[in-house]
Amino acid sequence: MIAFWLLSFALIATGVFTITASKPVYSVVGLLGNFVILAILYLTLNAEFLAVIQLVVYSGAILILFLFVIALLSSGVKPFDIGPDRAPRIGVPAFVLALIGLCVIVFSVVRAAVVGAPNAPEGITGQADAFGSVGDFGVALFTKNLLPFEVTALVLMVAVIGVVLLAGDEKPAPPRRKPHARDLEREPIVKPVEKLIR
Amino acid sequence: MTQWLAPMESYIALSAVMFFLGVVGVIARRNPLIVLMSIELMFNAANLALVTFAKLWANNAGHIFAFLVVTVAAAEAAIGLAIVVVAFRRAQYVDVDEASVLKG
Repeated sequence: MIAFWLLSFALIATGVFTITASKPVYSVVGLLGNFVILAILYLTLNAEFLAVIQLVVYSGAILILFLFVIALLSSGVKPFDIGPDRAPRIGVPAFVLALIGLCVIVFSVVRAAVVGAPNAPEGITGQADAFGSVGDFGVALFTKNLLPFEVTALVLMVAVIGVVLLAGDEKPAPPRRKPHARDLEREPIVKPVEKLIR
Repeated sequence: MTQWLAPMESYIALSAVMFFLGVVGVIARRNPLIVLMSIELMFNAANLALVTFAKLWANNAGHIFAFLVVTVAAAEAAIGLAIVVVAFRRAQYVDVDEASVLKG
Protein backbone atom coordinates (compact mmCIF):
# COMPACT_ATOMS: atom_id res chain seq x y z
CA MET A 1 0.00 0.00 0.00
CA ILE A 2 2.73 2.43 0.98
CA ALA A 3 4.73 1.19 -1.97
CA PHE A 4 1.84 2.08 -4.25
CA TRP A 5 1.64 5.63 -2.96
CA LEU A 6 5.38 6.11 -3.24
CA LEU A 7 5.35 4.73 -6.77
CA SER A 8 2.37 6.79 -7.84
CA PHE A 9 3.90 9.96 -6.43
CA ALA A 10 7.12 9.22 -8.29
CA LEU A 11 5.15 8.43 -11.45
CA ILE A 12 3.31 11.74 -11.36
CA ALA A 13 6.48 13.64 -10.46
CA THR A 14 8.40 12.18 -13.39
CA GLY A 15 5.41 12.86 -15.66
CA VAL A 16 5.31 16.50 -14.60
CA PHE A 17 9.05 16.73 -15.09
CA THR A 18 8.64 15.25 -18.58
CA ILE A 19 6.16 17.84 -19.76
CA THR A 20 7.80 20.82 -18.06
CA ALA A 21 11.45 20.18 -18.83
CA SER A 22 13.13 22.93 -20.76
CA LYS A 23 15.13 20.66 -23.02
CA PRO A 24 13.97 17.47 -24.73
CA VAL A 25 16.89 15.52 -23.31
CA TYR A 26 15.66 16.22 -19.80
CA SER A 27 12.22 15.12 -20.93
CA VAL A 28 13.67 11.84 -22.11
CA VAL A 29 15.27 11.31 -18.71
CA GLY A 30 11.96 12.03 -16.99
CA LEU A 31 10.16 9.68 -19.33
CA LEU A 32 12.73 6.98 -18.63
CA GLY A 33 12.03 7.22 -14.91
CA ASN A 34 8.32 7.20 -15.66
CA PHE A 35 8.58 4.01 -17.70
CA VAL A 36 10.68 2.20 -15.11
CA ILE A 37 8.23 3.08 -12.33
CA LEU A 38 5.36 2.00 -14.54
CA ALA A 39 7.07 -1.35 -15.08
CA ILE A 40 7.21 -1.81 -11.29
CA LEU A 41 3.52 -0.94 -11.10
CA TYR A 42 2.82 -3.58 -13.75
CA LEU A 43 4.63 -6.09 -11.57
CA THR A 44 2.32 -5.25 -8.66
CA LEU A 45 -0.58 -5.94 -11.02
CA ASN A 46 0.71 -9.43 -11.96
CA ALA A 47 1.63 -8.35 -15.48
CA GLU A 48 5.10 -9.84 -15.61
CA PHE A 49 5.49 -9.98 -19.37
CA LEU A 50 4.23 -6.44 -19.86
CA ALA A 51 6.68 -5.19 -17.25
CA VAL A 52 9.55 -6.67 -19.21
CA ILE A 53 8.11 -5.39 -22.48
CA GLN A 54 7.78 -1.97 -20.92
CA LEU A 55 11.47 -1.93 -20.04
CA VAL A 56 12.72 -3.45 -23.28
CA VAL A 57 10.51 -1.75 -25.85
CA TYR A 58 9.81 1.60 -24.25
CA SER A 59 12.91 2.33 -22.23
CA GLY A 60 15.17 0.41 -24.55
CA ALA A 61 13.95 1.10 -28.05
CA ILE A 62 11.61 4.08 -28.17
CA LEU A 63 13.59 6.34 -25.86
CA ILE A 64 16.81 5.55 -27.67
CA LEU A 65 15.04 6.55 -30.88
CA PHE A 66 14.08 9.84 -29.24
CA LEU A 67 17.65 10.38 -28.10
CA PHE A 68 18.99 9.72 -31.59
CA VAL A 69 16.59 12.20 -33.15
CA ILE A 70 17.43 14.83 -30.53
CA ALA A 71 21.13 14.33 -31.17
CA LEU A 72 20.55 14.50 -34.91
CA LEU A 73 18.54 17.69 -34.80
CA SER A 74 20.57 19.45 -32.14
CA SER A 75 23.73 19.18 -34.16
CA GLY A 76 22.41 21.75 -36.61
CA VAL A 77 23.61 25.32 -36.78
CA LYS A 78 20.48 26.90 -35.39
CA PRO A 79 19.55 26.74 -31.73
CA PHE A 80 17.21 23.94 -31.01
CA ASP A 81 14.42 25.93 -29.45
CA ILE A 82 13.61 29.23 -31.06
CA GLY A 83 11.50 31.73 -29.24
CA PRO A 84 9.63 31.51 -25.99
CA ASP A 85 7.67 28.48 -25.05
CA ARG A 86 3.96 28.37 -25.58
CA ALA A 87 3.29 27.29 -22.02
CA PRO A 88 2.77 30.78 -20.53
CA ARG A 89 0.12 31.64 -23.08
CA ILE A 90 -1.78 28.41 -23.32
CA GLY A 91 -0.67 26.60 -20.20
CA VAL A 92 -3.54 27.80 -18.02
CA PRO A 93 -6.34 26.90 -20.46
CA ALA A 94 -4.69 23.56 -21.11
CA PHE A 95 -4.43 22.91 -17.40
CA VAL A 96 -8.09 23.85 -16.83
CA LEU A 97 -9.20 21.63 -19.71
CA ALA A 98 -7.19 18.74 -18.39
CA LEU A 99 -8.49 19.32 -14.88
CA ILE A 100 -12.09 19.17 -16.08
CA GLY A 101 -11.46 15.88 -17.86
CA LEU A 102 -9.63 14.58 -14.82
CA CYS A 103 -12.54 15.50 -12.58
CA VAL A 104 -14.94 13.64 -14.85
CA ILE A 105 -12.85 10.49 -14.68
CA VAL A 106 -12.16 10.74 -10.96
CA PHE A 107 -15.86 11.32 -10.32
CA SER A 108 -16.81 8.22 -12.26
CA VAL A 109 -14.15 6.22 -10.45
CA VAL A 110 -15.32 7.39 -7.05
CA ARG A 111 -18.93 6.73 -7.96
CA ALA A 112 -17.98 3.24 -9.09
CA ALA A 113 -16.22 2.77 -5.76
CA VAL A 114 -19.32 3.87 -3.86
CA VAL A 115 -21.91 2.07 -5.97
CA GLY A 116 -19.66 -0.91 -6.55
CA ALA A 117 -17.85 -1.92 -9.67
CA PRO A 118 -19.73 -4.23 -12.00
CA ASN A 119 -18.80 -7.82 -11.72
CA ALA A 120 -17.19 -9.53 -14.63
CA PRO A 121 -19.71 -11.06 -16.99
CA GLU A 122 -20.14 -14.78 -16.87
CA GLY A 123 -17.46 -16.64 -18.76
CA ILE A 124 -14.94 -13.80 -18.85
CA THR A 125 -13.11 -14.38 -15.63
CA GLY A 126 -10.79 -17.27 -15.57
CA GLN A 127 -7.19 -18.36 -15.23
CA ALA A 128 -7.29 -17.15 -11.66
CA ASP A 129 -4.56 -19.47 -10.49
CA ALA A 130 -1.82 -18.73 -13.00
CA PHE A 131 -3.07 -15.29 -13.91
CA GLY A 132 -0.47 -12.93 -15.27
CA SER A 133 2.40 -15.34 -15.57
CA VAL A 134 4.45 -15.29 -18.72
CA GLY A 135 3.27 -18.75 -19.66
CA ASP A 136 -0.36 -17.77 -19.25
CA PHE A 137 0.20 -14.69 -21.40
CA GLY A 138 2.03 -16.66 -24.04
CA VAL A 139 -0.64 -19.34 -24.32
CA ALA A 140 -3.33 -16.66 -24.63
CA LEU A 141 -1.29 -14.76 -27.20
CA PHE A 142 -0.47 -17.68 -29.44
CA THR A 143 -3.73 -19.59 -29.31
CA LYS A 144 -6.75 -17.36 -28.92
CA ASN A 145 -5.16 -14.15 -30.12
CA LEU A 146 -2.90 -15.39 -32.88
CA LEU A 147 -4.49 -13.23 -35.56
CA PRO A 148 -4.02 -9.92 -33.68
CA PHE A 149 -0.43 -10.96 -33.04
CA GLU A 150 0.16 -11.47 -36.74
CA VAL A 151 -1.55 -8.18 -37.56
CA THR A 152 0.98 -6.58 -35.22
CA ALA A 153 3.70 -7.72 -37.60
CA LEU A 154 1.85 -6.01 -40.45
CA VAL A 155 1.58 -2.77 -38.46
CA LEU A 156 5.29 -2.76 -37.73
CA MET A 157 6.07 -3.52 -41.36
CA VAL A 158 3.95 -0.57 -42.50
CA ALA A 159 5.76 1.63 -39.97
CA VAL A 160 9.17 0.51 -41.21
CA ILE A 161 8.29 1.13 -44.85
CA GLY A 162 6.77 4.49 -43.99
CA VAL A 163 9.84 5.61 -42.07
CA VAL A 164 12.18 4.55 -44.84
CA LEU A 165 10.11 6.41 -47.42
CA LEU A 166 9.81 9.52 -45.24
CA ALA A 167 13.27 9.90 -43.84
CA GLY A 168 15.32 7.96 -46.36
CA ASP A 169 18.38 9.87 -47.43
CA GLU A 170 18.01 12.78 -49.76
CA LYS A 171 20.95 11.93 -51.97
CA PRO A 172 20.07 11.22 -55.58
CA ALA A 173 19.86 7.64 -56.58
CA PRO A 174 22.97 6.13 -58.17
CA PRO A 175 23.10 6.71 -61.91
CA ARG A 176 21.23 4.15 -63.84
CA ARG A 177 22.60 2.44 -66.86
CA LYS A 178 22.04 4.20 -70.14
CA PRO A 179 18.69 3.19 -71.50
CA HIS A 180 18.54 1.23 -74.67
CA ALA A 181 16.57 2.52 -77.57
CA ARG A 182 14.00 -0.17 -77.10
CA ASP A 183 13.46 0.91 -73.52
CA LEU A 184 12.77 4.46 -74.58
CA GLU A 185 10.03 3.34 -76.92
CA ARG A 186 8.11 1.69 -74.13
CA GLU A 187 5.99 3.64 -71.70
CA PRO A 188 7.33 3.25 -68.18
CA ILE A 189 5.00 0.92 -66.38
CA VAL A 190 5.99 1.72 -62.82
CA LYS A 191 6.78 5.26 -61.84
CA PRO A 192 9.76 5.74 -59.59
CA VAL A 193 8.80 5.87 -55.97
CA GLU A 194 10.72 9.07 -55.37
CA LYS A 195 8.46 11.00 -57.69
CA LEU A 196 5.36 9.78 -55.97
CA ILE A 197 6.39 11.00 -52.56
CA ARG A 198 7.74 14.36 -53.52
CA MET B 1 -7.17 -9.26 -3.31
CA THR B 2 -4.08 -9.18 -1.21
CA GLN B 3 -3.82 -6.74 1.61
CA TRP B 4 -0.75 -4.85 0.49
CA LEU B 5 -2.27 -4.04 -2.86
CA ALA B 6 -3.88 -0.64 -3.26
CA PRO B 7 -7.50 -0.66 -4.37
CA MET B 8 -8.01 -0.78 -8.08
CA GLU B 9 -9.67 2.62 -8.08
CA SER B 10 -6.39 4.24 -7.13
CA TYR B 11 -4.70 2.63 -10.10
CA ILE B 12 -7.39 3.97 -12.41
CA ALA B 13 -7.16 7.42 -10.86
CA LEU B 14 -3.39 7.32 -11.31
CA SER B 15 -3.91 6.36 -14.93
CA ALA B 16 -6.29 9.32 -15.37
CA VAL B 17 -3.79 11.74 -13.84
CA MET B 18 -1.06 10.47 -16.12
CA PHE B 19 -3.30 10.70 -19.17
CA PHE B 20 -4.15 14.32 -18.50
CA LEU B 21 -0.52 15.13 -17.87
CA GLY B 22 -0.02 13.92 -21.42
CA VAL B 23 -2.92 16.07 -22.62
CA VAL B 24 -1.40 19.16 -21.02
CA GLY B 25 1.92 18.36 -22.63
CA VAL B 26 0.39 17.98 -26.07
CA ILE B 27 -1.56 21.22 -25.82
CA ALA B 28 0.96 23.44 -24.10
CA ARG B 29 4.34 22.49 -25.50
CA ARG B 30 5.71 23.63 -28.83
CA ASN B 31 8.60 21.27 -29.25
CA PRO B 32 7.38 18.37 -31.41
CA LEU B 33 9.64 15.92 -29.58
CA ILE B 34 8.09 16.78 -26.23
CA VAL B 35 4.65 16.56 -27.84
CA LEU B 36 5.49 13.04 -29.00
CA MET B 37 6.72 12.15 -25.53
CA SER B 38 3.45 13.41 -24.07
CA ILE B 39 1.64 11.12 -26.49
CA GLU B 40 3.74 8.28 -25.12
CA LEU B 41 2.61 9.29 -21.64
CA MET B 42 -1.00 8.97 -22.75
CA PHE B 43 -0.34 5.55 -24.31
CA ASN B 44 1.16 4.41 -21.03
CA ALA B 45 -1.78 5.72 -19.04
CA ALA B 46 -4.12 3.72 -21.24
CA ASN B 47 -1.93 0.67 -20.77
CA LEU B 48 -2.02 1.08 -17.01
CA ALA B 49 -5.81 1.17 -17.11
CA LEU B 50 -5.92 -1.92 -19.30
CA VAL B 51 -3.60 -3.86 -17.01
CA THR B 52 -5.60 -2.77 -13.98
CA PHE B 53 -8.85 -3.99 -15.47
CA ALA B 54 -7.17 -7.23 -16.48
CA LYS B 55 -6.17 -7.71 -12.85
CA LEU B 56 -9.64 -6.73 -11.65
CA TRP B 57 -11.34 -9.35 -13.78
CA ALA B 58 -8.51 -11.89 -13.63
CA ASN B 59 -8.55 -12.03 -17.40
CA ASN B 60 -5.50 -11.52 -19.53
CA ALA B 61 -7.27 -10.07 -22.54
CA GLY B 62 -6.26 -6.71 -21.13
CA HIS B 63 -2.63 -7.81 -21.24
CA ILE B 64 -3.00 -8.80 -24.88
CA PHE B 65 -4.54 -5.45 -25.67
CA ALA B 66 -1.79 -3.58 -23.82
CA PHE B 67 0.75 -5.57 -25.81
CA LEU B 68 -0.89 -4.41 -29.04
CA VAL B 69 -0.88 -0.84 -27.74
CA VAL B 70 2.85 -1.10 -27.14
CA THR B 71 3.49 -2.15 -30.74
CA VAL B 72 1.27 0.61 -32.07
CA ALA B 73 3.10 3.09 -29.86
CA ALA B 74 6.41 1.92 -31.26
CA ALA B 75 5.16 2.39 -34.82
CA GLU B 76 3.75 5.79 -33.92
CA ALA B 77 7.00 6.95 -32.35
CA ALA B 78 9.00 5.82 -35.36
CA ILE B 79 6.76 7.55 -37.89
CA GLY B 80 6.32 10.67 -35.77
CA LEU B 81 10.07 11.05 -35.34
CA ALA B 82 10.59 10.50 -39.07
CA ILE B 83 8.11 13.30 -39.76
CA VAL B 84 9.97 15.56 -37.31
CA VAL B 85 13.27 14.80 -39.03
CA VAL B 86 11.83 15.50 -42.48
CA ALA B 87 10.22 18.74 -41.31
CA PHE B 88 13.45 19.88 -39.68
CA ARG B 89 15.44 19.05 -42.80
CA ARG B 90 13.02 21.02 -44.92
CA ALA B 91 12.60 24.19 -42.89
CA GLN B 92 15.13 24.13 -40.03
CA TYR B 93 12.54 24.67 -37.37
CA VAL B 94 11.56 22.73 -34.30
CA ASP B 95 8.22 24.27 -33.50
CA VAL B 96 4.77 22.86 -34.06
CA ASP B 97 3.32 26.38 -34.36
CA GLU B 98 5.52 27.13 -37.32
CA ALA B 99 4.62 23.99 -39.22
CA SER B 100 2.01 25.52 -41.47
CA VAL B 101 3.09 24.22 -44.87
CA LEU B 102 -0.15 22.32 -45.32
CA LYS B 103 -2.28 25.36 -44.53
CA GLY B 104 -4.66 25.99 -47.41
